[in-house]
Amino acid sequence: MTQIAQQPGTDAIAAKGWLLAHRWLLLRRASQLGILGVFLLGPWAGIWIVQGNLNASLTLDILPLTDPFVLLQSLAARHVPELTAISGALIVTAFYVLVGGRAYCAWVCPVNIVTDTAGWLRQRLGLTGGTRVTNRTRYWLCGTILLVSAVTGIITWELVNPVSMLHRGLIFGMSTGWAVILGIFVFDLFVSRRGWCGHLCPVGAFYSVLGRVAVLRVNAARRAQCNRCMDCIQVCPEPQVLKAPLFGADEGSGSIIQSPNCTNCGRCIDVCSRDVFQFGTRFSGNAETRLQFAKETQR
Amino acid sequence: MKLSRREFVRANAAAATAAAAGVSLLQAPDAVAANGDNIRWDKAPCRFCGTGCSVLVGTREGRIVATQGDPDAPVNRGLNCIKGYFLAKIQYGEDRLKQPLLRMTNGEYDKNGEFTPISWDAAFDIMADKWKAALRDKGPTAIGMFGSGQWTVWEGYAASKLYKAGFRSNNLEPNARHCMASAVAGFIRTFGADEPMGVYDDLEHADAFVLWGSNMAEMHPILWSRLTDRRLTHDRCKVAVLSTFKNRNFDLADIPIVFRPQTDLAILNYIAHHIIESGKVNKDFVGKHVNFLRGNADIGYGLRPEDPREKAAANADNAGGSQPMTFEEYAKFVADYDLDSVAKLSGVPKKELLALAELYADPDTKVVSYWTMGFNQHTRGTWCNNLVYNIHLLTGKISEPGNGPFSLTGQPSACGTAREVGTFAHRLPADLVVKNEAHRTFSEEVWKLPKGTIPGKPGYHAVLQNRMLKDGKINAYWVMCNNNMQAAPNMNEETFPGYRNPDNFIVVSDPYPTVTAMAADLILPTAMWAEKEGAYGNAERRTQFWRQQVKAPGEARSDLWQLVEFSRRFKVEEVWPEELIAKKPGYRGKTLYDVLFANGQVDKFPKQAVTDAAGAVYDNDEMEHFGYYLQKGLYEEYRIFGLKGPKKGHELAEFDAYHRTRGLRWPVIDGKETLWRYRSGYDPLVAAGKDVEFYGKPDGRAAIFALPYEPAAEEPDDEYDLWLCTGRVLEHWHSGSMTQRVPELYRAYPDALLYMHPEDAKKRGLRRGVAAKLQTRRGEITIQVETRGRNRPPEGLVYAPWFDARRLLNKLTLDATCPISKETDYKKCAVKVTRT
Amino acid sequence: MDTTRRRFIGDAARTAGGVALCGLGLGLYARRSTSLPAQALRPPGAITESEFLAACIRCGLCVRDCPYDTLQLAQFDDDIAIGTPWFNARNIPCEMCEDIPCVAACPTGALDPALTDIDAARMGTAVLVDQENCLNYLGLRCDVCYRVCPLIDEAITIEWQHNARSGKHSRLLPTVHADACTGCGKCEYACVLEEAAIKVLPQRVARGAGGRHYRIGWEEKAQAGDSLVPADPEHRYNLPEGLDYDYAGEGLIREGDTATPFAADPLETLNRESAP
Repeated sequence: MTQIAQQPGTDAIAAKGWLLAHRWLLLRRASQLGILGVFLLGPWAGIWIVQGNLNASLTLDILPLTDPFVLLQSLAARHVPELTAISGALIVTAFYVLVGGRAYCAWVCPVNIVTDTAGWLRQRLGLTGGTRVTNRTRYWLCGTILLVSAVTGIITWELVNPVSMLHRGLIFGMSTGWAVILGIFVFDLFVSRRGWCGHLCPVGAFYSVLGRVAVLRVNAARRAQCNRCMDCIQVCPEPQVLKAPLFGADEGSGSIIQSPNCTNCGRCIDVCSRDVFQFGTRFSGNAETRLQFAKETQR
Repeated sequence: MKLSRREFVRANAAAATAAAAGVSLLQAPDAVAANGDNIRWDKAPCRFCGTGCSVLVGTREGRIVATQGDPDAPVNRGLNCIKGYFLAKIQYGEDRLKQPLLRMTNGEYDKNGEFTPISWDAAFDIMADKWKAALRDKGPTAIGMFGSGQWTVWEGYAASKLYKAGFRSNNLEPNARHCMASAVAGFIRTFGADEPMGVYDDLEHADAFVLWGSNMAEMHPILWSRLTDRRLTHDRCKVAVLSTFKNRNFDLADIPIVFRPQTDLAILNYIAHHIIESGKVNKDFVGKHVNFLRGNADIGYGLRPEDPREKAAANADNAGGSQPMTFEEYAKFVADYDLDSVAKLSGVPKKELLALAELYADPDTKVVSYWTMGFNQHTRGTWCNNLVYNIHLLTGKISEPGNGPFSLTGQPSACGTAREVGTFAHRLPADLVVKNEAHRTFSEEVWKLPKGTIPGKPGYHAVLQNRMLKDGKINAYWVMCNNNMQAAPNMNEETFPGYRNPDNFIVVSDPYPTVTAMAADLILPTAMWAEKEGAYGNAERRTQFWRQQVKAPGEARSDLWQLVEFSRRFKVEEVWPEELIAKKPGYRGKTLYDVLFANGQVDKFPKQAVTDAAGAVYDNDEMEHFGYYLQKGLYEEYRIFGLKGPKKGHELAEFDAYHRTRGLRWPVIDGKETLWRYRSGYDPLVAAGKDVEFYGKPDGRAAIFALPYEPAAEEPDDEYDLWLCTGRVLEHWHSGSMTQRVPELYRAYPDALLYMHPEDAKKRGLRRGVAAKLQTRRGEITIQVETRGRNRPPEGLVYAPWFDARRLLNKLTLDATCPISKETDYKKCAVKVTRT
Repeated sequence: MDTTRRRFIGDAARTAGGVALCGLGLGLYARRSTSLPAQALRPPGAITESEFLAACIRCGLCVRDCPYDTLQLAQFDDDIAIGTPWFNARNIPCEMCEDIPCVAACPTGALDPALTDIDAARMGTAVLVDQENCLNYLGLRCDVCYRVCPLIDEAITIEWQHNARSGKHSRLLPTVHADACTGCGKCEYACVLEEAAIKVLPQRVARGAGGRHYRIGWEEKAQAGDSLVPADPEHRYNLPEGLDYDYAGEGLIREGDTATPFAADPLETLNRESAP
């Protein structure tokens, strides 16, 4: 493996210029902050485009959006919601099926900014080590939550969910809820690399499941040009998803990143000085890739 | 001795430590033993309504730290309403005024300048300049003063003397003109003497109570709890409530009556008719004690003379006139007011009208009629008063325990000060009037003034003062102890333009920055309630004194100090004509202070320590400043009017007696109080064997007046389609300048609400909780709609309280008055309510 | 190979154990979260607390549509299920909007859309918890709670009682009727005491419940419209001349005298000199 001596993306900046080397990151931050901003416009400026929060909202007094995971917990807890909530959840589900479930994590979730910052700082400070938590934990947790919701008859994850706590807190008032966010930050910084989003967050896990059939995908279309600089692996919040599409040509892996854990953040595209990656659909790529993809999804 | 457990433990620990150390503690254990919290308690009357509850005021280290209802007070027996409960807080609003403030620009007075702190000296300098200029240019009618039924007795008396004798101007009015003037005019007209014949003890003796336009449940809360107790514990007791909307009284009403506004006149006449028709007239009583008079009708509405309604009125210039008539003529007059037609006119079911009339007619039922603003604030307010007396006189149900008409007062000293010491534009102390030369002469003698000092023409009454300010006829004006910008009617068209007329200089004395103070040119910071020695007279003729408990904050001074100190600024030559001075050459070169106050009479009681029975010593800042017992001197001089004046029946006890008691009810003769007036046995002024004598009248006979129903000044029409009735709420007193500063009371009722019928709201696209525009021909305000809650108006009428300085209800009201009493009708004008 | 396998099994066990522990913790926490503090009231139309926690998705739309800022979302340290809407009546009470905007805003039915008449809301029940400090019980004339009540004379009425201490005043006792009280909290908000003497409590705390084995006779009779057991035939008595006896309640009656032998004021009877 190449020695990592420099910050990932240095080559890309040299090759493409700073702006192009940060294009998707900037767009992502714009999206995260923009969405948050639209929510805050009401309480802060009195301009009510959107009311509510990520759990459920009403846009322009007409468009209902509902977090399907919360609603699923509600259903598990044996409450049959009103039609508004159900239609809101269907709209959201349809959207993420289209753009990739975990696009929610990369483009919408406010905690992502926190964990990205922790990840970036961890890298800058050269912190390593910590606890090993398997990244399958989140699926276990996700399932357990639905189970516990069913058993207790209560939407359980919302009692502790840092994601909604942060988003709601910013809009409705936080008080000591900051402590939880700080906890995640510290956890990601010192305890486990990408620990929260990549290993524990059951919300992300739920969206991963939605993302199994997602249309929008990152494609390592020009993987032949890869110089194995490892910058993409360095920056990827879910580095395991890159391995097969990028390096598995010999084993017959397609170039499309099939893993539902990919957040479609596009950071790999940014930091690649060789333009290996691009956004595409699950149907893009050569016939070999498509076949491979079909196999993967069937499995 | 009451120590909390913690204090006890601490005290014991300290003692143990001290004993171990071999020293004795030097604190004064006696004081602690007598009064664990070191609070000094002294009595005072409550500062709010005219009920006259007594409280004990607790002070510690120069601050009122607590109050309690006085358990030994006969009126309230330790109880208070929720305003009285917060008495300890009213003087401690954060925005108390503490120094004089003058509108200035670049160091000079400027009518449009910013309020700037100045010294008392500078304040009186400019004030005196303005007063002298007005007197010099236009004479005594160009100055005026608007005082208060919240003045202490001596403050009102000093104001009366300063204006009527010193400045020779009768333009002195109390805010009681807005409140009690119709009752005054009614009493004088019917009985020739002011104030009720009965006392609160009637509450424990009556079989029936009739409340006429008196929301006693909210406005006289402690009396209401006495009335309800009678209703509760006396089997036959019945309560009739008459109002133009349902209020809290209706809770208890056996005979609930909501009548169409203004038709109370017809209902009153119907009752008289019913008494006559059913043969229940007390012929013996009527024959011996009553005259019948036909009062002038069509008397206008007290509006400006150019108003078409005034031009059309036949007797606008002789509203109080009357001609004698016989009983038979009177009976024929009221016969028009039969059950059918009155039921139709008033909208009241016949059953209720009949039940009401029977209460009065039944000789075995003792009835007390109570009323307040529903009667008094009425373009026929004097008539309403006269008409209710008619009923009591026809049946002889008067001047005895449990029987009688009783007007309740809204201010703590509407009776004691406003009415009794002569602060009205037409009055002098103790029921004397300026029009009567003998009364003037007597007053001048008491006051040691040259004959002819007091002008014989009544001054401008309250509403007229505002018109005269607007017209530039009054140029120097002092508003003291009231909030008349908020309280006076038709603020947009009369009051505000009057105050801000560039020709005028307006002085406002108040403890707080009220709406009136904001409209002033000079604001004088004022001591309130227990920050001065005082005396109030309540509605049952009870005069109550209190000692100064604490000092006023900053440079705030009492109204009395301000009035007396201001008099020093005038030389007799500057205010009196030469021919008057010539009659008393000794006064030449003297100040009004020398003539009016340092006159050998007012200043005859030397400085002394004011103490209570326990020997505690109290401040008296006025005595300290002027060097003699000013309050006592003024009071004892005032007392001469009752003891030696041409009108008997207003005798008072000596000054010191009142500091020893929780009030005495006048006339006090030979140290004895009078409970029921005009009846022998009860009233020492009625000769034995005469049974009843209305000695206010020369022939001892009261008057029954034939007075018709006449419509209101402004009734709803197609455009302004609702009646607007204004009033109060229990939580706030008058303009709210004190109670709105008590956080708990503010919280209990923060904003004025517009009470309306849900159907009326629905018709206008309104519902409970939304803001509505309330609009009359004179102005508009925005106010929140309330369709539930304590007041339930019928369709066609809305009600709103006026305490809220942010919703000035008197922008809307019409300045129509009773042409006799000059009291405004705040209860009736035409309004429309729309969505904002 | 063995080590990998062992490691895999170890990892899996660790994960499963950790997650199970989390689940257990969550479950216990969830159970605990159903016990709402007594001063926390749910918005009008809120379904029962356990159902509410299954239905409310913490979106805050009800909070946004409350015109009086009454509602707030529970925060981390509120000791209320975080993110759920509640209000403290002492801070800002419910103003009982006719159109109930909070209920209309709820996307899930946690606030029951069947609630269309705000008078039918049951956010809690007002209870005059401290009669010793209530000013009206002391005989003072406060009755602020009564007058601010949007359902005055229904949810709170005034019951008069003779004030034996003062002898001539009545005590006006505010009395809550739970069958009409919506729990809006206006009374608690307006109570002028430093600590409110009247408080709105959740109905589970505020209300008692009678045993089913006993019925209230006069209410049963009123409901039935007549006695449940037919009335007696006329009773006849052995009485001296001039006396009558009334079965229904008046007791012994002297002929021509309709009054009872007792004074209307019980104190007169009690304080009579012949009293034991």
